[in-house]
Formats: sequence, C-alpha cells, structure tokens
Amino acid sequence: MNEKRVTYREALREALREALAGDDRVFLMGEDVGRYGGCFAVSLGLLEEFGPERVRDTPMSESAFVGAGIGAALAGMRPVVEIMTVNFSLLALDQILNNAATLLHMSGGQFNVPVVIRMATGAGRQLAAQHSHSLEGWYAHIPGIRVVAPATVEDARGMLPTALADPDPVLMFEHVSLYSTEGELGGADRQVDIDRAAIRRPGRDATLIAYGGTLVAALAAAEELSGEGIEVEVIDLRTLRPVDDATVVGSVRRTHRAVIVDEGWRSGSLSAELSTRITEQAFYELDAGIERVCTAEVPIPYARHLEEAALPQPAAVVEAVRKAVG
Amino acid sequence: MPSLGADMDAGTISEWLVKPGDTVSRGDVIAVVDTDKAAVEVESFDSGVVDELLVGPGERVPVGTVLATISTAAEQASEYPPPTPTGPPAPQQPAPPESPPPSPEPAAPPRRPPEPPPAARTVPVASPLVRKRAAEAGIDLASVHGTGPGGVVTREDVERLVSPRATGRVRASPYARRIAGELGVDLSRVTGTGSGGAIRALDVHAVTERAGTVEAARAEEGGGTAPREATGEERGETRQEGLRRATADLMARSKREVPHYYLSTTIDLSRAMTWLRERNREVPVEERLVPAALLLKASALAVRRVPQLNGFWCGDHFEPAPAVHLGVAISLRGGGLMAPALRDADGLDVPELMKRLRDLVARVRAGRTRSSEMTDSTITVTNLGDQGVETVFGVIYPPQVALVGFGRVVERPWAVGGLLGVRPVVTATLSADHRATDGYTGARFLGTLDRLLQAPEVL
Repeated sequence: MNEKRVTYREALREALREALAGDDRVFLMGEDVGRYGGCFAVSLGLLEEFGPERVRDTPMSESAFVGAGIGAALAGMRPVVEIMTVNFSLLALDQILNNAATLLHMSGGQFNVPVVIRMATGAGRQLAAQHSHSLEGWYAHIPGIRVVAPATVEDARGMLPTALADPDPVLMFEHVSLYSTEGELGGADRQVDIDRAAIRRPGRDATLIAYGGTLVAALAAAEELSGEGIEVEVIDLRTLRPVDDATVVGSVRRTHRAVIVDEGWRSGSLSAELSTRITEQAFYELDAGIERVCTAEVPIPYARHLEEAALPQPAAVVEAVRKAVG
Repeated sequence: MPSLGADMDAGTISEWLVKPGDTVSRGDVIAVVDTDKAAVEVESFDSGVVDELLVGPGERVPVGTVLATISTAAEQASEYPPPTPTGPPAPQQPAPPESPPPSPEPAAPPRRPPEPPPAARTVPVASPLVRKRAAEAGIDLASVHGTGPGGVVTREDVERLVSPRATGRVRASPYARRIAGELGVDLSRVTGTGSGGAIRALDVHAVTERAGTVEAARAEEGGGTAPREATGEERGETRQEGLRRATADLMARSKREVPHYYLSTTIDLSRAMTWLRERNREVPVEERLVPAALLLKASALAVRRVPQLNGFWCGDHFEPAPAVHLGVAISLRGGGLMAPALRDADGLDVPELMKRLRDLVARVRAGRTRSSEMTDSTITVTNLGDQGVETVFGVIYPPQVALVGFGRVVERPWAVGGLLGVRPVVTATLSADHRATDGYTGARFLGTLDRLLQAPEVL
C-alpha cells in the first residue's frame, strides 16, 4: 500500500472520480462544477473525463437543482449535489428539510432519498459576513438526514463512498480552510466508518472536542499544551448527526474535563448540544465546568484581524483547557 | 476544633479549662489543643454557658469537629417564660422578661440577638437597603467589615457574607463529590484548589494519599474503621518531626501555588538608632527597646498605608484584612518555626509592642500560644538579623500575600549629600504574591517603610 501526500481537494476529487467510475447511477451536479472545475476546484478535470451527462453545470438556483437531485435520488439515481457554500444552501433549505429529510417518513417507508449534498462551510478566507457561515449545527438539528464533516485528507477521501452507500440523505460539510491542506493517504479504496468519532490524539487531562475546520485549532492547542505537561485528548466528531455519544462520553469518563471547539455561534449551537449530552450522561465524572470556544456572536467581519479575532483560535482553546484543568 | 493555621488538619484536646455549667465570654481561653506544632490555647467564639464537652482530653479530631456546645444568652432567654425554678442554675440570677434589665451582667432580654462584650461593639454606618439585606440574611452588621468610604458597610460587604452562608454547602465538582463519597472523605475537610476554591478530584486524592499508608496498614490488620486522618503519633512522629512536616507542607504549597516576586532596599537607620540609644538611656533595662521593635512597628504602619499587601488570597481574588495582625516568625529551640500574630500591631506604641513581642516569644518558645494568634496573621515579618545575615528572601505564609524580611543592622559607608559617612543600615526585602499585587505596589511599601524609619520619634 503506497502512502502518498495529497491535498484535501485532491482527495475529494479522487473520491468523486472513483464513485463516478464505479457506479453508473452516480452523477455530480452544481454551479460551475463542470467547465470551471468547481468553485474550489474540487471537480477540476472530471467533466473532461466523464462528460456532461455525469458532471452537470446547473443554473444559479439552489432550490431547483437540489430539488432535482432529490427527485433523481427518488428515481433510483445516486446524485452528488454540490452547493458552493453553506450560505447558498439556505435557498434550498425547503428542499432539504421538507423533502429530503421527510419523504421516507411521509411515504410510509416506500421512498428513501439516497442523495449526497456537499457544500463548503466556515470562515477564514476574508469572504465577509454573507459567505463565512458555519451552519452545520443547524442542519444537525434535523432528523432524517445525516451530517458529516471530514476534517482530514483520509476522511475527505473515505467519507464520500460511505455517504453514497447510505440509503438516506447525507450532507457533507467541507471547511474552506481545509481544501489546500495536505496529508497522507493510505489505501486507495479505504471507506471510513462515519458512525464513529475519531480520537485524533490520546490524552489524559482533558477531552477537547472538535470537528471539521476546528480540528486544526484543537490539534495546535493540544501540541502547545503538551509542552506544558497537559495532555489533551482530541476528538474529531466526524459525524455531527447522529453524534457518537459513546466516544465523547467515554473520553470524558477518562479525563473528567471537556472543552468544545465550535466555529458556530455559541447560542443554540452544536457545542451547546454536546455540553448538554455530556452533563446528561457523565455529570458525576466532571471535575470542572465544561468550557466552550466558539465564534464571537457577530456577523463575520471582512477585515483579516477582526475575522481572526472572531474565530476560535488555538490561543483561546489553550486558555479554555488551562481553565478546565486549573 | 478550630483551624489553627493553614497547615492544620486535626488537633488533640490536651486539657479543658472549663466544665459544663461554666459561664464563658467570647475570647476566654477554654481549652488547650495540641497541634503538630504546639499547645495552643483555644478561645471561645461566643458568650454563654457551657452545655456539654463533646470531645475528651487526649482525643484527636479533625478540624471542624464540634468540641463543645455553648448556649448563648438568647437561647437561655428563649427557654423562659415560664421561668422554671428547676431550670439550669445560671451563675447570675436570670431576670424574668417583664422586669427591667437590672444588674451589670443580666441575662439578655428575650428576642434580642446575643451580644458580644459591649466594649467590642461599634455600630457601623450602613444604608437602609444594606440594613434590610443584612436583617433578611440574619447577619449582624457589627460583625461586618465595611469597605465603603469611612468604613461604611456596603451592599457588597453583606453579599460577600451572604453567599457562603445562605448556601451553606461545599463547592465541589460532581466528580470530586462522587469519589469523596466512594472513599469516605468528608468534603468539608478538603481544601479546594479549583476556581473560586472549588474542590476537585485531585484535592480529594491529596487527602486520601496522606492518609493512605496508615489506612492500608489498618486494613491489613482487619480494622474496619471509617477512614480518617492519620495522627502524628500513628506516624510515630515526635512533636519536632510533626512541626517539620507541617512547615514542609505549607512551604511546599506556598512555592507551588504562589508566584512570588521579590524586592529589596537598603534603609539608612542612623536616625532610628540614635533615637533608640537616647531613649534606652532614660529607661530601666527591662523597658529598653531593640531595633526589631521599631522595624516591626514601621512595617505595620507601612502595610496599613499599602493595604493591598495586608490580607489573604482566597481562591481567585484578594481579600483585604480589616486590621493589621503582624505575623512574627519565631524560631523554636531545637528547630522549627512558628509565626504567631502580634494583633493590631499598627495601633500599639513601640514600648507596648516591645512588651507584647517579649511575651509572645516567651510563650511560643514555651509551647503556649493562643488560637487567635495562630490564625490571625495578615502579613508576616521575618528578622534574621541575629543570625548575621544581611538579606532575607522569605517564603510567603499562605493565604497571606506578603512577607517582609529584615537582615542585620550593619555599618556601611553611605553617601549623603555628596559626602561619605559611616551609617547603620538594614536591608529590607519584600516577598509578595504576584497574583495579588504588582511590583509597583511592593515598591510603594518599601518606600513607605523607609520614610517611616526616618522619623522614629513618631512611630
């Protein structure tokens, strides 16, 4: 098995290529995915390789093309729908929430919706208040869909086949700051288990829970804390719905402290949900209050220094862990 | 069992000085307690009649254990009407509630709160809102230290007292509570090191580890008693070793937890020494003063002017002390160290301070100290001048936030106004807790100390 260094973007492209090649029912559609190669260049070259039937540029109407994807899935296809960024997905929210998530139930179990909807999420690229949202926590609120957030190159490569194998809708959130990150890729066809969170770094002093883009900040913080003798266990949630309670709570039972890093706004966030689950299931294991590092509750600023100040940075994570560990 | 120092976990009653039925006033010495360090005279916290002695001589009990019960005047008063002739024979004939308050020491009229000795009572100034809040919470305003302008009791002063009292519970993490329950550790005896003094798991483990070796031995013997602190005797320790260990624990804690900063300055003592010499010429030998008395008095006055150094670090904030009780480090014959308090040192004139210092040193070295002296120090002074050292960089006595050190008074060439002379000088150092103050405050203290020592006649 050859280990090779690839970018997150290349890993996603490789997964799409494999899916398109391996299953005639799979096709990719979205704005600029064909001739332009995708607004984050994920699908670059796929149009040339698989042709316009399999890699389809769509009009600028998220509601229409997400709806079309759901219809195709109902009709037996395995569509991969790309939405440029999560803010545009709001235009398709009705399709996702009222159709994709509900039809299995509304049809009395007759119609499942095996669609995969990919979109970029998160801030950090100076795209200002309308293009920097982290709304995956909102989607994780919705029963009937699965929400995944690949944070590593291996997961970017391995989550798509698992998502396509799921008979129900899967939303895949790709953090914009990750596309150019590099990592080692193991086996070519390694599907990943998206039911389980992953322990990215073992530790005994505190559990640091992150996902997607925040995993980078969490690991950087863990490295710095290690220099002070504080060993932090870093958990990558991977799947935001359903949350893998067993891994999270199991870790907290060992470390007795939890710090959550969430790029969403604090109020009503995924971090709030995790914090509640931990107190519900492991209250008597907690030796300190649960700490959260979230994005400042402001529209994301354009200016670089203000944007950085608004987002969960490693220094804030380090501070929160120190507070928890005391 | 009162805590007679931050390092004390348990004590042994060595002698009761009262018996049931005795009337005691707040501040009376009622018992002698053996700690790891010394025999300490325990003063009554309250006035009333001794009901029952619950812990016998020779028994060792943890800090916080009830030693005896005292019924206060109000409790006695509430027992009548009707006044029964078979009631407890009070030393003074209790007056029936209808009759006007007679003799100088009557039982208090009913439904009045217990009064501390009249001399100790001053009625503080407080706003109606503050009075109302204090009344609701059952707090006696006379016992509240006012931090407002002119000593006015503010709402914050009352609230500070309300919160711990109202909840009456120990702050501990859920996990700490659980393991304390499993290990049979009484949380009220655990010192918390978490935020706001919260008890965390490691604090519980610290207690069990200390007791661990003895517990293990006991378990092997098959003795199924409830877990408790090992006593010094059980460890086969002598008083000497106990004292050493207690000092070791406290100093280790200080260096572990307290970020010290150190400042030092050399102070010209020519005026002070001249004044001392002239004064000592006029008085009989037993009233003569030593330089240490002047240094102590100046330190007490200086810290009154820089109150940020006078008080305690409580978990995550500094609590200023209302009075200056100067801890004086006294080395014991045969080794070991204690730092009992010269209470209200800033208000004593120098001869009185000298007298109290002599008395304190004599009693400490004889192994008889009072409980209030052992716990009340708000800042400590250590003077190693007798030993010939010039500079002392001391370790702070937690939870205090500063320690003042003096070396030997030595003659040195000293430049004043462009001329060189030989002058007696002393090096004064300050070790201070950087969590509570910064170097600027510490420097102000040393500057103030220097200025005060230049005018010995007004000290």
